[in-house]
Amino acid sequence: MDLSVINPLVLLASIMVASTPILLAAIGEMVVEKAGVLNLGVEGMMITGAVCGFVIAVQTSSPLLGFVAAAFGGAFLALLFGVLTQYLLSNQVATGLALTLFGLGLSSLIGQGYIGIKAPVTNDVFIPILADIPILGRILFQHDLMVYFSIGLVAAVWAVLKYSRVGLILRAVGENHDAAHALGYKVIRIRIFAIMFGGACAGLGGAYLSLVRVPQWTEGMTAGAGWIALAIVVFASWRPWRVLLGAYLFGGVTVLQLNLQAAGLALPVEYLSMSPYLITILVLVIMSAGRRRGALGAPAALGRIFHASN
Amino acid sequence: MLKLEKRPAPSRMWMALAPLLAVALTMITAGILFSFLGTNPFVAIRTIFWDPLFGEFAFYYRGQLLIKAGPLILIAIGLALGFRAGIWNIGAEGQYIVGAICGAAVGLAFYPSESVLIFPMMVLFGALGGWIWAMIPAILKTRFGTNEILVSLMLVYVAEAMLASASSGWLRNPDGQGFPGSRNFRDYAAGYNNFLVESAGIHWGVVAAFIAVIFAYILLTRHLLGFQIRLTGESPRAAKFGGVNPSILIVVCLGVSGALAGLAGLFEVSGPAGQISIDFNSGYGFTAIIVAFLGRLHPIGILMAGLLMALTYIGGEAAQGTLGLPAAAIQLLQGMLLFFLLAVDVFTNFRIRLGRMETA
Repeated sequence: MDLSVINPLVLLASIMVASTPILLAAIGEMVVEKAGVLNLGVEGMMITGAVCGFVIAVQTSSPLLGFVAAAFGGAFLALLFGVLTQYLLSNQVATGLALTLFGLGLSSLIGQGYIGIKAPVTNDVFIPILADIPILGRILFQHDLMVYFSIGLVAAVWAVLKYSRVGLILRAVGENHDAAHALGYKVIRIRIFAIMFGGACAGLGGAYLSLVRVPQWTEGMTAGAGWIALAIVVFASWRPWRVLLGAYLFGGVTVLQLNLQAAGLALPVEYLSMSPYLITILVLVIMSAGRRRGALGAPAALGRIFHASN
Repeated sequence: MLKLEKRPAPSRMWMALAPLLAVALTMITAGILFSFLGTNPFVAIRTIFWDPLFGEFAFYYRGQLLIKAGPLILIAIGLALGFRAGIWNIGAEGQYIVGAICGAAVGLAFYPSESVLIFPMMVLFGALGGWIWAMIPAILKTRFGTNEILVSLMLVYVAEAMLASASSGWLRNPDGQGFPGSRNFRDYAAGYNNFLVESAGIHWGVVAAFIAVIFAYILLTRHLLGFQIRLTGESPRAAKFGGVNPSILIVVCLGVSGALAGLAGLFEVSGPAGQISIDFNSGYGFTAIIVAFLGRLHPIGILMAGLLMALTYIGGEAAQGTLGLPAAAIQLLQGMLLFFLLAVDVFTNFRIRLGRMETA
C-alpha cells in the first residue's frame, strides 16, 4: 500500500462533497420525523430526485433547473406518501417501503435514455478572500453552491425549529398530535407540508449525486444513501447540528475508504466498500445501547397514525 | 364532505376485496403508462397477465411460474410472520444472498464428491447462513434496542459486497479461465437442485415453499406462538400483560424469516441460477415484501400473491421481448401494486360516510 498517494488536502476537501447528498436527505427527514411522521421512502425520493435533476439538467443544460426539478420530483413522490399515510391512514412503515420500491422502478424508467451521458458541469464558487486562505480555503471555501446551501439549510432548520412559532407548532404536532389538534392546529396539513419538505430535500440530495458527485446517471445509484440518511437522523438524536456532524462523519468514512482503495490497501475492495454500512450499524448500536427511546429524543408521536375521532 | 369512520373490526369482505381492487387499479394505471410509452395498453396487459397462462406459448411459461413463485413465497411467508408482530425484517435480500453463499460454498468444498449427502447438507447450511444473517439485527434489537429496519437493510449492502467478493474471488470457478462466477451446479450432480417435475417447474425450493405455507398456516391458526405473534401485532400492550416475551418473539420471527430466505437463496443458486455470480439474486428479497402485503400476511394469500407476482415477472419478460416494454416498467408496476393496496386498505379499517362534519 502506498499511502503517499493520498493527498490529505484533497481528501478533506472531498469530504464536504461526499457528505452533501446524505446531509440534504437527512435534514429533510429530520423535519419530517419532528412532525411525527416516519418516512422510510427516503431512498426512493432520493433516486427520483437524482433522475429528475439529471434529465432536466441535460435537457436544459442548466444544473440549477436540474436541482429545482429534483426538489419538485422528490416533493411529488413525498406527496403520494403523505396522501396515503395522512388521508388514507395507511401504515407508515409499509408505505415508506412501497415508496422506495416505486421510486426505484420509476427512476430507472425515466432514466433509460440517459445512461452514459455526462451532466452539465456545476461550477465551483470561489468565495472571495476566504478561498485564498492557504489550507482552509482549499478545504472549506472552494465548493459548488449546493454545499453551502446544505449548510445554510441546516442552520435555517435549526433556527426555525428552535426560535419560531412555526417550529414550535411542528414540534407540538410531532410530540402529541391529539393535543395539537385540540389546540386547533391542522395536524394533517402541517404534516403534509413537512413530508413534502422532506421529499424536496431528499430530491436535492439525489440530484447532487447525479449532477455533482458522480456526475452521471446509473440505475440504483443512490446505493443505500437514503437509508444511511435515516440512520443519521437517529444518530443525531433529532438535532440539526448533529445531523451535520453525522453526515460529515459518514462522508469522511466514504471518502477515506475510496482513497484507501485507490492507494491499494491489502484488503479486497469489497471489504472496504462494506465499511460505510458496517459503521452505520455500529453507530446505531452505540446510540441505542443502554438508552430508552425517550432519552434518545425521538418525537413521541413518531410513526403513530393520527385520526381525529370527532 | 367525506368522512372516515373507524370500523369496530376490520371488514372481512374488504380484506379479501382490497388486493383484487388494487390489481385492477394497477392494470388501469399501468395501461395508461404503457400507452404513453407508445405501446397498445390492451396488448401489453394481455401479454403480461393473460398470455403466459393461456396464450400460445403457455406450456413454456407455466413451468416458469413456479420457478419464480417458489422463492418469493418462501421468503414472504417468513417476512409475514414478523410483519404481523410488528417486527420489520426488510433485509431478506441480504439473508437470501448469504444463505446462497454459505450453502454453495459448503457444496463446492466437496467438489467433485458424488455423495447423496451433499445436497441436504447444502440446504442445511443455506438455512443456517440466512439465519445467522438475520440474527444480527435480532440480537442487536434485543440487546441494545437497535432499529431492526435499518440494521437488516444495511446488511443487504454488506451481503452484496460479500457476493461480489465470493463470485470474483474465493468461490470463483478454478477451471473458469478467470471469469467471475463459481462452478456451475449443473455440472455437479450431487449439489444440483434438479427439477422433480420439469414441465411444471417444480424443484425442491417449490416443494419447500408449499411446506412453508402449510406450516405457517398451522402455526398462525393452531399454535400458541402464532397466537402470540398475532396478539403482539394487534395490541402490543395486551400482549405484554398476557406474558408474551417480546425478545423471544423478535428472535424467532427474524430467525425463521432469515432461515427461509437463506433456503430460497440456496435453492435458487443451486438450481435455476446455477452458480454464484454477482447478479444471481434478482431482487426477490425486496419483491417478497410486496408479496407478503399483497397476500394480506396470510399464508394462503401469500401463495396466491406469489403466483401473481411471478406472473408479472414472466409476463414482463415476455413483454420486453415482443413489445419492447422496458424492464423498469414492470418494476414500477410492482411498486404501484403495493401503493394501491395500501391505499385501498382504508376501506378495510374505515367506513366512508357522506355528510357534514358534526360538532361534538
